[in-house]
Amino acid sequence: MTAYVARRLLAGLVLVLAVSVVSFALMYLSGADIARHILGDNASNEQVHAKAVELGLDRPLPSRYGTWLNAALHGDLGLSWTSGETVTSALQTRAQVTLSLVAGATVVSALLSVALGVTAAVRGGWLDRALQAVSLLGIALPGFLIALFLVSAFALHLHWFPATGYTQPSDSVGDWLRSIALPIAALSVGATVNLTQQIRGAVLDGLGQEWVRTLRARGLPFRRIVLRHVLRGAAGPALSVLGLQFIGLIGGTVVIEQVYAIPGIGQLAVGASVQGDIPLVMGLVVATGILVVLVNLAVDVAQYALNPKVRLS
Amino acid sequence: MTAPRARRRTRLFRAPSVAVPAAVLLLVILSALLASALTSADPNRADVNNLLAGPGHGHLLGTDAAGRDILSRLLHAGRASLYGAALALITAAVLGVVGGLWAGFHRRAVRLALTWIVELLMALPGIVVLLAARAAIGPSLIAAMLVLGVLAAPAFFRVVAASVAALREELFVDAARVNGLSDRRILWRHILPLVRGPILIQAAMVGAVAISIQAGLDFLGLGDPTVPTWGTMLSDAFTTMGQHPLPVLWPSLMIALVCLSLALLANALRDEFGLGGRAGALASAEPSIVPENDGADPASPAEPAGPAGPADPADLADRAPAPVTGDPDPADTLLTIRGLRVGYQAGATVRDVVHGVDLTIRRGEIHGLVGESGAGKTQTAFALLGLLGHGGRVTGGTVEFDGTELTEAAEHDLVKLRGVRIGYIPQEPGVNLSPTATVGSQLCEPLRVRLGLSRAEARDRVLALLRRVGLTDPERVFASYPHQISGGMAQRVLIAGAVSCDPELLVADEPTTALDVTVQAEVLDLLRDLQAERAMTVVLVTHNLGVVADLCDRVSVMRHGRLVETGPVADVFGAPRAPYTRELLAAVLDDAPVRGPLDPVAPAGGRPTTEIGGTV
Repeated sequence: MTAYVARRLLAGLVLVLAVSVVSFALMYLSGADIARHILGDNASNEQVHAKAVELGLDRPLPSRYGTWLNAALHGDLGLSWTSGETVTSALQTRAQVTLSLVAGATVVSALLSVALGVTAAVRGGWLDRALQAVSLLGIALPGFLIALFLVSAFALHLHWFPATGYTQPSDSVGDWLRSIALPIAALSVGATVNLTQQIRGAVLDGLGQEWVRTLRARGLPFRRIVLRHVLRGAAGPALSVLGLQFIGLIGGTVVIEQVYAIPGIGQLAVGASVQGDIPLVMGLVVATGILVVLVNLAVDVAQYALNPKVRLS
Repeated sequence: MTAPRARRRTRLFRAPSVAVPAAVLLLVILSALLASALTSADPNRADVNNLLAGPGHGHLLGTDAAGRDILSRLLHAGRASLYGAALALITAAVLGVVGGLWAGFHRRAVRLALTWIVELLMALPGIVVLLAARAAIGPSLIAAMLVLGVLAAPAFFRVVAASVAALREELFVDAARVNGLSDRRILWRHILPLVRGPILIQAAMVGAVAISIQAGLDFLGLGDPTVPTWGTMLSDAFTTMGQHPLPVLWPSLMIALVCLSLALLANALRDEFGLGGRAGALASAEPSIVPENDGADPASPAEPAGPAGPADPADLADRAPAPVTGDPDPADTLLTIRGLRVGYQAGATVRDVVHGVDLTIRRGEIHGLVGESGAGKTQTAFALLGLLGHGGRVTGGTVEFDGTELTEAAEHDLVKLRGVRIGYIPQEPGVNLSPTATVGSQLCEPLRVRLGLSRAEARDRVLALLRRVGLTDPERVFASYPHQISGGMAQRVLIAGAVSCDPELLVADEPTTALDVTVQAEVLDLLRDLQAERAMTVVLVTHNLGVVADLCDRVSVMRHGRLVETGPVADVFGAPRAPYTRELLAAVLDDAPVRGPLDPVAPAGGRPTTEIGGTV
């Protein structure tokens, strides 16, 4: 087990390294005059040249990457070109907001999809068909449309929730919950729909197994068998999908944060992207990569705990 | 070759589930292409006196915050949006299909390298990569869509590589090679027809994703502001959404329309190509449950278990000697089945698999239920447990267990009966234990739920039971998962489970069929001993006449869902009345398969013994 985790961590490290090399190369080789871009059209050529030297742009790319990597390994991702803030602190201050959205959406979609998926599989009939139809909407519609719909319905018309903005939990827990309710709802739709499909299918598969009949023949109530045995079998594949959905949720927050004006990683990323703030973008890419590797690892370990047949190799 | 393909294509587009979304898409595409002809308004001309006007006044859908005609912008924006999505789609399809074919056809090294690249591409959320690309390249619809195409290529790569790999397994590619076909010919003739369906489905899905991501990027303000797209329209209108929701509505509707049509199309294609996995059978109206196969006794609707119509003369001839032996004293009777009929829902109709079975089981006897596969033995057993497969139900008759009518009983009454009063041993040990729970925990569960034992009491009792059924290391088996024990051990575990709550009646459904011959004998001995020491009544479903002769007191012979003959084993085997019983016995004695009509040669009187070892 330990060896497996170590091996996976190593593979993940290689993956993050590869991602950083590729994105570093792409960003600096894109041909844009970075120093000119930062200083604007009014700067003189001398100023631009001085800026380029200051940023190390005159050095060859591998040496620049080496410097970046060496600092990154020591926890230093450099300074943002636009704000002058360190990349790590910019990420840190916003990570809490984004992660609370992503974690909230993960929990909401996990709970909802178990309830919906099991009900659809066990009950079948019109309920199942209705859920299938609704889930098609959830799969087809882009997240920002769902977010726009929720804003206009529940914020602009019904005034149940604020349309935009984010309240710190330290200020008011109630307002904090209200401020993240709609974003979490918008984020959860896609993940819930996918997970529900997965769980429905896995429960259907489980219900067709002969051991279900045998457990029933021993006097166990059907409901108990579904919840304790069938669902346990369904949890493995569902967890894999949840892992994928988690990655999707990180991407989803980028748009959702824009709709709801929430100061998270997503907003930071959009700003960095528009301004061509390469150190910040690099930091975002690497941080996301590390997060993805860790989530995948957690999914695999949980998989092992859930299903005794999974051989970690 | 061409004709059937063309026919298939016409049929495909005649299905409304394909035709309707395809027509909607076509309309949207045409409206974008013909934008200039459809509306005379300039999409970029700002009418400063007419900002955010409602519908009317020369602007069918009103104007936006800059006073531009919304309808004209909507139609013109369709061009860039659809063009961008098409660019991404084509990039993804070309890269993915070519890469997939390459990986499928070539050596391991190539496959591994490509698979690793695919994993790399899928490691990061697509939008993060697009943001990074935007930072490097600047606002460009073409660049963004090319990057998106690369990111979406794995969707095609995976289905194609998997299909090609599966084809190779099937060997016919190798066979074709031996026959001298070139790779290219194999590709066109054999592989592309097979992956065409999956590719089309992926194309529809990637198209929807491309439209939505393209709009998302523009909505975030990352796109080229000079090119009107549905996304930039949304972005413009979003700022004034509180007061003027309509300008947001129109581009939203277009995006939703296109995405929904593509998703519906993907779904319909999946159904049309018969690729609808159960988990993904989105729009299929049928509740998708596959009728189950009852192991070696497939009396399921898939295989007609006998003539469903009026009984044919042969059957009537079989039944001619009415089921023998008068009913015993009711006090001796534990189970009485009268006229039991079992049917399975097959589409709109119900297909009967058991056509009126009468059975009387006396207290303390071992009663054999024999007949060939599909005779309805197992379905009869399931019916009395109230555990028929999906779509199955009792369509007539009664099952009376110790004075209680079971066919009418509610599930919560049956639950109290099962395990505690009626036990069940299944036939396939390998698939009858819950794979995710330890053997011990699933044996303890009924004891705790039904008998209310404490955890420790249940554990002690289960360990004693495991020892009783002949497992030498009960502690180890208790802690094992089902896949860690052998089939023989699993069958002993299942027997332990069946008797754990001391049932009066034990239904054993071919308990030894799946086991080795040596283990069979041991398990039968165990059953006999358990029956004797617990004074259980046993219904033994089997097709093995030797087992019946060895173990049973009385026997009932079934065929085609009907009872043919019943009585004490010695009588039935010694002087069979029904021609079918004679056939069965003769087949065993001759050690030959059942033949057509033959001379009824009754074995010499007396109880046949275990020498009747064959099966029918």
